[in-house]
Amino acid sequence: MTAPTPSLLVLADGSSYEGEAVGYLPYSGISTGEVVFNTVLSGYQEVITDPSYAGQIITFTYPHIGNYGTTADDDEALQPYCRGVIMREMARRHSNWRADGDLQAFMENWNVAAISGIDTRRLTRHLRESGAMNGAFGTVSYDELLAAAKAEKGTNGVDLVEFVTTRQPFTIGDGPLRVVAYDFGIKRSIVAYLASITDATVTVVPGFTSANDVRAYDPHGLFLSNGPGDPDVYGYATQEIKQLLGEVPVFGICLGHQLMAAALGGSTFKLPFGHHGGNHPVRHVPTGRVEITSQNHNFAVVPDSVPRADVTHVNLNDGVIEGLSCLDIPAFSVQHHPEAAPGPHESQYLFEEFRQLMLKFHGDASLSPTAKAGV
Amino acid sequence: MPKRTDIQRILLIGSGPIIIGQACEFDYSGTQACRVLKEEGFFVILANSNPATIMTDPSFADRTYIEPLDAAILEAIIARERPDALLPTVGGQTALNLAMELSQSGILEKYGVEMIGANAIAIETAENREQFKAAMEEIGLAVPKSGFAYNLDEAMLVAESIGFPIIIRPSYILGGAGTGIAHDATQLRKLAVEGLAASPIGEILVECSIAGWKEYELEVIRDKADNCVIICSIENVDPMGVHTGDSITVAPAQTLSDVEYQKMRDAAFACIRRIGVDTGGSNVQFAINPANGDMVVIEMNPRVSRSSALASKATGFPIAKIAARLAVGYTLDEIPNDITKTTLASFEPVIDYVVTKVPRWAFEKLPGSSGVLGTRMQSVGEVMAIGRTFPESLQKALRSLELGRYGLNADPAEENYAFLSTEELLARTAIATPDRLFLVGEVLRRGVSIEEVYAANWIDPWFLDQMLLIIEQRHELERVVGPSEMSKAQWRRAKRLGFSDAQLAYIWRCSESEVRSIRTGMGVTAVFKTVDTCAAEFDSSTPYHYSTYEDSTEVVPSDNRKVVILGSGPNRIGQGIEFDYCCVHASYALRAAGFDTIMINCNPETVSTDYDTSDRLYFEPLTYEDVMNVIEAEKPEFVIVSLGGQTPLKLAGILPAELIAGTSPASIDAAEDRELWNQLCIELGIEQPPGGTAVEVPAALAIAERVGYPVLIRPSYVLGGRAMQIIHDAAGLTKAMADLATDGSLGKEGGLSAERPVLIDRFLDDATEVDVDAIRDAVGEVVIGGIMEHVEQAGVHSGDSACAIPPQTLSPQIIAELELHTRAIAKKLDVRGLINVQYAVKDGAVYVLEANPRASRTVPFVAKATGVPLAMVASRVMTGSTLAELRDEGLLSAPVTGGHVSVKEAVLPFSRFPEVDPVLGPEMRSTGEVMGIDRTFGLAFAKSQLAASNRLPSSGKVFVSLADRDKAGAVSAVRAFARNGLEIVATAGTARFLEERNVAVAQVLRKISEDGDEETALDLIRRSEIKLVVNTPRGSSASTDGAEIRRACTVNKIPVMTTVASAIAAASGIDEWSSQPFEVKSLQEYLGL
Ligand SMILES: Nc1ncnc2c1ncn2[C@@H]1O[C@H](COP(=O)(O)OP(=O)(O)O)[C@@H](O)[C@H]1O
Ligand SMILES: Nc1ncnc2c1ncn2[C@@H]1O[C@H](COP(=O)(O)OP(=O)(O)O)[C@@H](O)[C@H]1O
Ligand SMILES: [Mg+2]
Ligand SMILES: [Mg+2]
Repeated sequence: MTAPTPSLLVLADGSSYEGEAVGYLPYSGISTGEVVFNTVLSGYQEVITDPSYAGQIITFTYPHIGNYGTTADDDEALQPYCRGVIMREMARRHSNWRADGDLQAFMENWNVAAISGIDTRRLTRHLRESGAMNGAFGTVSYDELLAAAKAEKGTNGVDLVEFVTTRQPFTIGDGPLRVVAYDFGIKRSIVAYLASITDATVTVVPGFTSANDVRAYDPHGLFLSNGPGDPDVYGYATQEIKQLLGEVPVFGICLGHQLMAAALGGSTFKLPFGHHGGNHPVRHVPTGRVEITSQNHNFAVVPDSVPRADVTHVNLNDGVIEGLSCLDIPAFSVQHHPEAAPGPHESQYLFEEFRQLMLKFHGDASLSPTAKAGV
Repeated sequence: MPKRTDIQRILLIGSGPIIIGQACEFDYSGTQACRVLKEEGFFVILANSNPATIMTDPSFADRTYIEPLDAAILEAIIARERPDALLPTVGGQTALNLAMELSQSGILEKYGVEMIGANAIAIETAENREQFKAAMEEIGLAVPKSGFAYNLDEAMLVAESIGFPIIIRPSYILGGAGTGIAHDATQLRKLAVEGLAASPIGEILVECSIAGWKEYELEVIRDKADNCVIICSIENVDPMGVHTGDSITVAPAQTLSDVEYQKMRDAAFACIRRIGVDTGGSNVQFAINPANGDMVVIEMNPRVSRSSALASKATGFPIAKIAARLAVGYTLDEIPNDITKTTLASFEPVIDYVVTKVPRWAFEKLPGSSGVLGTRMQSVGEVMAIGRTFPESLQKALRSLELGRYGLNADPAEENYAFLSTEELLARTAIATPDRLFLVGEVLRRGVSIEEVYAANWIDPWFLDQMLLIIEQRHELERVVGPSEMSKAQWRRAKRLGFSDAQLAYIWRCSESEVRSIRTGMGVTAVFKTVDTCAAEFDSSTPYHYSTYEDSTEVVPSDNRKVVILGSGPNRIGQGIEFDYCCVHASYALRAAGFDTIMINCNPETVSTDYDTSDRLYFEPLTYEDVMNVIEAEKPEFVIVSLGGQTPLKLAGILPAELIAGTSPASIDAAEDRELWNQLCIELGIEQPPGGTAVEVPAALAIAERVGYPVLIRPSYVLGGRAMQIIHDAAGLTKAMADLATDGSLGKEGGLSAERPVLIDRFLDDATEVDVDAIRDAVGEVVIGGIMEHVEQAGVHSGDSACAIPPQTLSPQIIAELELHTRAIAKKLDVRGLINVQYAVKDGAVYVLEANPRASRTVPFVAKATGVPLAMVASRVMTGSTLAELRDEGLLSAPVTGGHVSVKEAVLPFSRFPEVDPVLGPEMRSTGEVMGIDRTFGLAFAKSQLAASNRLPSSGKVFVSLADRDKAGAVSAVRAFARNGLEIVATAGTARFLEERNVAVAQVLRKISEDGDEETALDLIRRSEIKLVVNTPRGSSASTDGAEIRRACTVNKIPVMTTVASAIAAASGIDEWSSQPFEVKSLQEYLGL
């Protein structure tokens, strides 16, 4: 055994945690970001590659990370955007037939720095009590790390979409429905479900695409994706969405849900430490059924701020609005992640609902899959 | 959808005696269910035959029937109590099967009883392997290729079409009874016959074996609104082919990617929905092909199971409690999460630690058993440990087992492998045995690669690599000269990998206390984390903790008066649920008296490890180090060591003496130390069987010469007659001494020394054994709790013999003498709390066999028979109250006597070990007990037999074959059998003896060992013509015939009496039962509550 390289995590409030350097070793010896925690037991690769984590350092509460290796199949984006990973134990050896490599190599390859050996439970409790906080970790001194943590801008008021959105539009799928998907940091599995369950030809466009450019695709529906950071920053997107609402059916997920609410005149607020995990119970108000959901957000829609929409989903843990459905126009959105990845599958029906909404709106039988098969 | 108001009275069926495959986890689930249903305002009627359970404490139900779990008895209870509903899903397979019987025979319909939790169709679809397979295929889930068979020929046909290896799985079984893997036709033939016999409906599944695949379990809960959640995923370290109950298992699953996990989760939901379990918990088992991820469903248990108990303890999510609420109409989102209080039960727990379960076996007590693990469960208990990482939890679990292991290695036991070659060791790891994991550790230590180890045994490489981390750390520690050379970082790394101070002391050849003091001096001490169902996402006040080596602790000691109660560790033969009952009762009583109670235990099956039994629960190994960590964190006023059996008692001498509650360690020692004890008896003028102690053979022989053979020998400081033998001659004694001194059955627990000598006593023939339980307080008052007269003569371990309260044949003078002696001994030992004294009465003389100043196995039985809550009273006495005060308080009342007789009967595990001779002796082998209560001894005894699955016959043949010395004694019994219409068949000698005394013998059977073609008893047993066997062993040598007959009885489920005394008791049972029917009556009525 080679002796591990000591590494230290320092939060902006001065608290510190001892660990070992793993993953990519940045030249500067420092990684900074907003420190959040995620409670999933499996799915670390999907989490690390989720663009919504741009600007954030992810703490995994489950101690063993890397056990089943990594596989290109589980990437949620072309590259990770998170600022680092905090964990209790990095697997030295992985074991799973799906794996094509191990997490250490993956992180080195994608320049994801990490710190292992951390008392992640102490850290999580601290974040729970004090709220998400900026922090820095690395192989340099406490003072340097503290200074870096304090200097870190975090995610409030920062445009992070800019970093993660696609530069060029691209198309996936060949279904009869045409869906334009705003990419604020879209996950690969969302695109995949839009193409498969919704049965659409999905054109993914940059987050800064104008309404007119969207109209040019003559879409049957508009999809608003998940993404990182503070919805208030993305006024430029909200403007365009506002114009398109009512013209075409709209479906939003996560940041897309917040932006839809904003476009409808609603407002958002920051949760103390967000929802990041795969076990949050959400009530589907119309049926009363409980869905166990995958969640990853720090901001949420202010209750009663969107009078034009019904609340369709509610988080049973803290009452946060999890879903909205417009009363007067064909538009709905959810705060949680029906595409899961990682997480439970029971909210997948929402992709089918989007399809139904488009079919109903366009009243066009030629759009149904049977018609497509007949062509 | 709130609580149902259309039902008021609910009948709950418990799981009966503790047997292999069904242990105290069902006391835990049943107790939870009872509490919840009472809290919800239902009238709860409980039926369970097991008096040692906490659930049968009369305060947990409105009506508690300690009655045999038998359909006719249940019908009588139903007729009497008229329940609206029956909850069959918290009492294990026993309750489920019984509920099915009640349903199929129309009894439920007749009395208008609705099954809640799971209906008959759902149970049938899940439990009938054929229907289950069809159902799974219907919803698109794969199952291993298979076919069903109802006889041997069909089995062969199916096997040929699938190809070997083949696994046999009988329908409606428990703990894999009758299952096995066959590699060829010969093996198949044997297994198919056993399997057909094991299935109550004579159906077996002949299935393609996928031994070596990864095995998983998911615990699912569903409510009536069709909300489903997974409580916990469990991964088996031992791959498919070893029963999950016998596998080392880990929660959560470690080597599944989310994609695979979610697929499995979807499949589990599809399964519970298809099977149609409306509400409650189920357990679904899966196998995954490690090469390509192919997933198949193995089975589903439509009820709370052993794994759900484990899942509850592993996550903090109380499955049985929630299942009970769901059964009466609530939905998951209407039930608060007990732990966070602020969130709801409709969520999936996440954990931020690793849980490891390791089973514990008792092969050493079952000579003849193979000791090889397979698809039928053989373990008698288990431990669970929590650590932040797998290596830490694994090492904690291994030291919790109490097998003398300090962890994975670095202890004296590892030296046993020193003489084995690496090839030999590697080959051995291919066979699943209790030792396998240690062997794997050893081959890794010798540098065998993970690939080679994996090829030998298919233990997932991730687990192997995690074990290798422990091994590498050990090498590193060996390079350190001693504890004072260790840096803080090194200490931390070692402790984080789960190394105990004892392991470190072994490596450095120093004392454990030196390791501890230097380590704590470096500031490396255990911290305590909390089990909170949510990985710290929400605030929680759960008082459920485990130790680890990290930065911060979550335990804030309170200022209340505090008592630490040490539990009894893993269930094993000789130490089971009775001790958990005592610990739990102590906790209840002391909480009520204003103490903060703090429980330490490592057995996930128990009520004591329910997080709301005590004010705080520490799920920790019961070793000096781990217990001291808690003591230092909590700073209690008292530590109770005398209620958890031998496990905590062993710590009495090394824990801080001023903390030990009740009887002092010195007194405990005086009762265990032979010299001191003899002295004490002499001073009190109480007779003992003559004897002495020896470490070497010559001294042992000298003692035997002096007292005369036969002698009884046993090691000191053991429980359950461990390694105890009756020896008839010098040669036997020499051999037995050698066995004990070396690597014999006791080697693991420490060999012989001046501190641990062998006790050699004159064996008292044909003596009546009596147990007395009593409590003495600080001012010297003694209360006699119960006097139990054993049915079997002395020489059959008290734990294995039936006994009665009140005593049936003892004269008032003898009883007075027993009480007098008990008081004198209690006083002399200055007992503060419980004492159990065992006597043998022979020809009117009373001999004392032993005294134990601690809770005995019989405490719960006495409490149920007399209504005196001995364990509660004792715990109060130990913490300073006097008996007079407790009487004023109303806790201590006079025993209820008269009107009823209570019989306790032992339940033995032989049906699991058909190769073992089921004869009783001084080494305890029962796993559990039942109780029969009725107006007379005969009826109560007959009930106890029925409860123990030894129904006494009312017609058919009785086979009698007696040793010469037993013949005269048994005549009256045989006469009674004949009088009640049973036909007597016997071997020639016995037949002649009986006929000379005018007992008609219908058929004389040939001895198996004799030539000829007349029928032998075996033929009649196999044809089920014989309904009862009376067969007493003929000494140690010429016992093969008898042994074969007795073994055949176990296989064919025929009651067998191996002593004259039990035959006489059976005769009186049959006699009385034929003239008056059983009556059912609740404990509340018997005890006037
Ligand atoms: N097809 C099979 N091939 C190999 N092992 C099997 C197969 N099916 C079951 N087993 C093993 O047998 C054990 C017991 O089978 P199971 O059906 O779960 O019985 P039980 O009802 O007693 O739990 C399982 O835990 C598994 O290890
Ligand atoms: N001297 C003796 N003569 C006959 N039987 C004995 C004698 N001593 C012990 N026994 C039998 O052995 C059993 C086990 O002995 P005991 O001392 O109670 O062991 P343990 O401490 O394991 O319970 C007793 O229940 C009794 O039946
Ligand atoms: Mg099973
Ligand atoms: Mg089963």
